[in-house]
Amino acid sequence: MEMASLLNYTTFLPLLGAVILLMIPRTEEVLIKSWAFFVTLATFLLSLPLFYYFDGSQSGMQFETIKSWIPSIGASYHVGLDGISILLYVLTTFIMPLAILSSWTAIQSRVKEYMLAMLILETGMLGVFISLDLLLFYIFWETMLIPMYLLIGVWGGPRRIYAAVKFVLYTMVGSVLMLVAILYLYFLHHNFTGTYTFDLLKINAIDIPFGLQFWLFLAFALAFAIKVPMFPFHTWLPDAHVEAPTAGSVILAGILLKMGTYGFLRFNLPLFPEASVYFAPLFLVLAVIGILYGAWISMVQRDVKKLVAYSSVSHLGFVMLGLFAFTVQSMQGGLIQMINHGLSTGALFLAVGMIYERRHTREISEFGGITRVMPVFATLFLIVCLSSLGLPGTNGFVGEFLILVGSFQTVPTFAVLATVGIIFAAVYLLWMFRRVMFGPLTRDENKKLVDLNGREIATLLPIILFIFWIGFYPKTFLNKTEATIARLAETMNTAKAELQQEKSSPYFKYFVWKSDDR
Amino acid sequence: MPITIGTRDLIAILPIAVVSLFGLYLLLQSVFAPRMNRIIIPYLGIVGVVLALVSNFVLIGMDTTAFEGMVRVDRLTVVLNFVFLITAALSLLMTISYHEQERVEFLEFTPLVLFSTAGMMLMGSAESLMTLFLGLETMSIALYVMAGFRRTNRHSLEAALKYFLLGAFATGFLLYGMALTYGMVGSTNLTQIANYFAQNALDVKLVALIGLGLIIIGFGFKVALVPFHMWTPDVYQGSPMPVTAFMAVGAKAAGFAAILRVISLSAFSISFHWTEVMWVLAVLTMTVGNIIALVQDNIKRMLAYSSIAHAGYILVGIVASNDMTVPSVAFYLIVYLFMNLGAFAVATMVAGQNERRVKIQYYHGLGRTQPLLALAMAIFMFSLAGFPPTAGFIGKFYIFSAALQSGYVWLVIIGVINSLISVYYYLNVVVAMYMHQPVDDKKLPGVLPGVGVVILLAVLGIFYLGIFPGTMLSVLR
Repeated sequence: MEMASLLNYTTFLPLLGAVILLMIPRTEEVLIKSWAFFVTLATFLLSLPLFYYFDGSQSGMQFETIKSWIPSIGASYHVGLDGISILLYVLTTFIMPLAILSSWTAIQSRVKEYMLAMLILETGMLGVFISLDLLLFYIFWETMLIPMYLLIGVWGGPRRIYAAVKFVLYTMVGSVLMLVAILYLYFLHHNFTGTYTFDLLKINAIDIPFGLQFWLFLAFALAFAIKVPMFPFHTWLPDAHVEAPTAGSVILAGILLKMGTYGFLRFNLPLFPEASVYFAPLFLVLAVIGILYGAWISMVQRDVKKLVAYSSVSHLGFVMLGLFAFTVQSMQGGLIQMINHGLSTGALFLAVGMIYERRHTREISEFGGITRVMPVFATLFLIVCLSSLGLPGTNGFVGEFLILVGSFQTVPTFAVLATVGIIFAAVYLLWMFRRVMFGPLTRDENKKLVDLNGREIATLLPIILFIFWIGFYPKTFLNKTEATIARLAETMNTAKAELQQEKSSPYFKYFVWKSDDR
Repeated sequence: MPITIGTRDLIAILPIAVVSLFGLYLLLQSVFAPRMNRIIIPYLGIVGVVLALVSNFVLIGMDTTAFEGMVRVDRLTVVLNFVFLITAALSLLMTISYHEQERVEFLEFTPLVLFSTAGMMLMGSAESLMTLFLGLETMSIALYVMAGFRRTNRHSLEAALKYFLLGAFATGFLLYGMALTYGMVGSTNLTQIANYFAQNALDVKLVALIGLGLIIIGFGFKVALVPFHMWTPDVYQGSPMPVTAFMAVGAKAAGFAAILRVISLSAFSISFHWTEVMWVLAVLTMTVGNIIALVQDNIKRMLAYSSIAHAGYILVGIVASNDMTVPSVAFYLIVYLFMNLGAFAVATMVAGQNERRVKIQYYHGLGRTQPLLALAMAIFMFSLAGFPPTAGFIGKFYIFSAALQSGYVWLVIIGVINSLISVYYYLNVVVAMYMHQPVDDKKLPGVLPGVGVVILLAVLGIFYLGIFPGTMLSVLR
């Protein structure tokens, strides 16, 4: 089959699955779950040829489809994959079947609606990663909010409504301004070329003056920084994570947060390279604050899930550091770290979900000595923790190492500060692991805990396979991203030189602040 | 001067004529026919509206004036006719279910809807201030009566009286404005008014501007712009639900049709005189509407304030005052029709007899007790909030892009922030339906067929216009 149409089928297969799911009566819960699992698994299998046939030595878009969609305003259905999106695309299809497996017994009420939301969510997420039309991207980006909002709000914990509404409002604060920026770009492109289009590649071709880049960068960056979440915008994350059902947290951490960092790579850096260089110091500072602050807050958490949630702030800080250091290594590291975080943190949430399902609490003080009753769980959980803190031989090491090596070349101070963060990561994860898993088995409730069943092991094992695969042989994955990232790094280097030139102009400051007088 | 009326003239008002004649016929029918026949009157009304819809296809492609320059038929006329007729048809469908639910028959109700619709269409096809005024009054007087139709209900009577008094007051402003404009221009013909403004664009007499200002105030009352919106919540709350729906969509669309005709098109060449006023009105209308809607616990009042906010969004398109104004406003009106009528249809179902259950708390647990109804309501709420892939998103998107094309960056930013505020109260309904337990065990009756059809059509319209807006947008351009 032709690869471009395979990409379309893969993306919309979950939506089709959701439509068919509508026809299954709601009492047939096993059938509903099996069908949802089957659809997501099929989506994953269909996405494998995309990964296999993706040519990592090309820097451009592959498997492209361009179809006219709203011709009167110049919006098109333009999709495709490149080195930035291919890994995230496959990560999404990979995480979804596991998320559905993890909710097999955890979700007791309204199973049909739950699975519907999951399937619609998957198409939304896949659409975000492949859209090359700004309007199409925005539609997927926003559409995805609704099922996630319902997942948190309907199947979440006690404070779920607060968390769900906060999640939606925070995300929308950023994205509505991004919409204005998208429209602005649309008219800007028209002013430059005389044609109306939302096509990202065409808009990318115009040379936006720095004064405009400044504002447009900020509008896009706010949307993505909230999603990442970067340091001052992260407060929605712990609430959403803690209240969401396990699968929701896995998807949130594994994929949704990546959309923020993906947005920076896909839109901010290529569209506004000079503004990116200009703002890089700000983002590096915020990234390092995120790394350290996230780690410190994690250390003092009493709730395991909250601890993992705050650790995301720290990990995503590393990704942002990598992206804004602008070297090939650091950006590749950032990209691979996105995948790592998706796998490791996703697995951590799965593990937390497994003990929560048994004990209905996540307080660290309620546990202790679990290793004695759940040896298999202990082993898998340890591997996941170690990968999350970046032990050599696991995926976490590869990502963090690349980021640090890459960023040390351009921004050594930040790299050194970030390294400290790795130590804290070891502290909060291992300390938590000791208190939960080791020590004497003091509580009676914990003595009766049963070890993982086959389904639960099957949920974690595939992730562990990839933890080691990336840890020992990251080349499989790095190869795919090489050419695209190299080209992006080149763009950034040119931008650095151009910005230097512009900065020497005496009108520079005036130019920036007066540019919005339209 | 002898006035000759040719076939061409009659064709130009064909849909209006069909609706009016049906209204007259049904009025007689309801008086003389035996009681058995009375039930079918709303159905006959729908037949009349459908016939008018069919006859409206005859007008497609025409661009002409009729009746000695009193009536204009162009693309906008045709589109607006469709909007008014579909609104009327869906409102009548709701009425049928409403009658069943309330166990009453409002005999004169159907003819009044038809007359009001004829008035709206007349406003949409006005080429003269006189025609416009005629249409406005035909529409309004019918609406005053309809608002008070639950005559045993205190709120309904209050609504009717309030609507009538403030409506009459607004009419005074409007008429005075029209008189002043006529005094300056020497004609009520809109084309001649446009010519006058074009010729004197740089040196418009103050009197003409005052006239224009008074006209804006008059229409501002009709479409509920802040600060002329005070009547809206009470009238929306008190009127019977199908009337509220009809009023919220039809009367608002008619008001904007008039604003498009008189302000956007006729006074286009002096737009620099009125865009700033409209800018302020748009910001006020959006912001006040949305912020007050945040604290409403009655679905009708919430939808009333939300309709004020939506008038503000539409006004953003008017402020843009470029070639995207007419298509974007028209598209928004179509979208608004579907999502608002849909929401009112669900609200009618939930409210039950005597409209007792209009508080948001009665929506608690609807997702469990009435999954399909709740799903539809959720779709309407997401569309009103402007989430893709619903039509509400494309509508707002198109309006905002019109404003951005004219360089109103700040207006658009205020607009999107408002849209963000609105997310909170629309989601509140979704929260109530899906995330709370039902307050009482009272089982809702099944969805009545009339309302069911309205909801289904609205959902289809929302998704069609949301995912494939291309055809409609190219028609409107």
